Amino acid sequence: MFVSCDHGGGSASSDFKGFTLLMPAVSVGNVGQLAIDLVISTLDMTKVGYFYTDCLVPMVGNNPYATAEENSVELSINAEVYSLPSKKLVVLQIRSPFIKNKYRPFCQTLLSWVKSSKCARVVLLSSSHAYQRDDEQLLGTPLRYLLTPDLEKTVGGLMQDLNWKEMEKVAAYPGINDTEKVLHIPGGGITKLLFTESCSKGIQMAVLLKFCSEGDNIPDAFALVNYLNEWLQLIKSEVNASSQWKIPSSWRLLFGNGLPPALF
Amino acid sequence: MATFFGEVVVAPSRAGVDDEELAEEAREETPEDREIRRELEKKREIDVLWTLKSGACTEGSADEPFAYSEFIVAIGHNAAAFLSSFILDSVCWEVVGVVKLWNEWCRTSHTTNVLPTDSFCLFYRLISDPTVLLCQCSCYVAEDQQFQWLEKVFGRMRKEGLQVTILSTCPVADYKTQESTLTLPSPFLKALKTKEFKEQVCCPLLEQPNIARDLPAA
Repeated sequence: MFVSCDHGGGSASSDFKGFTLLMPAVSVGNVGQLAIDLVISTLDMTKVGYFYTDCLVPMVGNNPYATAEENSVELSINAEVYSLPSKKLVVLQIRSPFIKNKYRPFCQTLLSWVKSSKCARVVLLSSSHAYQRDDEQLLGTPLRYLLTPDLEKTVGGLMQDLNWKEMEKVAAYPGINDTEKVLHIPGGGITKLLFTESCSKGIQMAVLLKFCSEGDNIPDAFALVNYLNEWLQLIKSEVNASSQWKIPSSWRLLFGNGLPPALF
Repeated sequence: MATFFGEVVVAPSRAGVDDEELAEEAREETPEDREIRRELEKKREIDVLWTLKSGACTEGSADEPFAYSEFIVAIGHNAAAFLSSFILDSVCWEVVGVVKLWNEWCRTSHTTNVLPTDSFCLFYRLISDPTVLLCQCSCYVAEDQQFQWLEKVFGRMRKEGLQVTILSTCPVADYKTQESTLTLPSPFLKALKTKEFKEQVCCPLLEQPNIARDLPAA
């Protein structure tokens, strides 16, 4: 599934042993994907390859992170991989939704690629419907995390120090039986599937998610990426953290074109 | 999401995976379900039929890959009509292949003698230079069939020395620009090209945040 770009870097550019894989789930508000855009754009990451897959809706455009005329003509497709060896970081960006009935094969192929490329751990950025929160979740921070048992052993303590809130489980049969609890991430796309599969396959995975609704999700993306930064320290977090992240040029005109002057 | 009549409607999620779909998948698949799914998949399969030199039709997979130098693909009614009006004629071009498919939006015609209003996907070869191949695809190829189309068509071709040109149209209203689209001189051309394409492009490149979708993107 993974096709390397081979910029003359040869196998070095696709050697992800010990790296952290950061990726989004296509979820409510596309918050994970927006956050990933901010990471790639700010850290000026290099594209090292893409996924050749029949599981995602096709799309193609020019370089979404272009900063000038010269770097604006590189083609970009629906699933691409970027890397920053200095931070041992590899990032997957997904730009289109899943084709019906294809999300399961994609998850399986993705997780076997994670294992074969020997990534040390996976961090999944996601979101969940804000309207499905219960009374307690309505108060306090809208950010949550989840860790697979294998990752819990190494970073569980750090999460406590950061004062992060773990995603609560909900009753499997609400109103009938409150003792059996399950993980429920409405609007999270493949988040729950990837997480449960990683638990059973012994993959070290962390999920960072934000409760949100559809709308202008740029502030949600900033909140999520700053949350991620508390842990991974990708950029120096200063007082006004939001201004440290670089908005990519492709975020222009998110809400439509200019208005026709004749309207007025 | 509140509506005029006060009932609450669940908003469609951009997550792309409905919770009902997930729950459905979690249930065990019965043999009947499997059979239904297989039949549906078979119905949505694409068949590409190539005519051999002798004139016989074949689904040929064991044959040698075709060596073309130019492959022009026109996707959509407008692009297909462009080729019909300005390029194709029965004297210089011969039909060498046809794609048969079905989806909720269209079924392709079975003949090669098509009307402009039909849904079809035909391949033509220039008689004077058989390395030039043309495809007119006026039928809609659904999301789940696009990859199949790609693999079955390009699977029979040698990639070296092949230049592919894709012609397609999009509504001006979909074009994202700082000014209003009302003031734009339309129609206008935009292009996307791979870094391997070294020739001069005849029009400006497509600026972000615009993208191409569907079969042209695939």
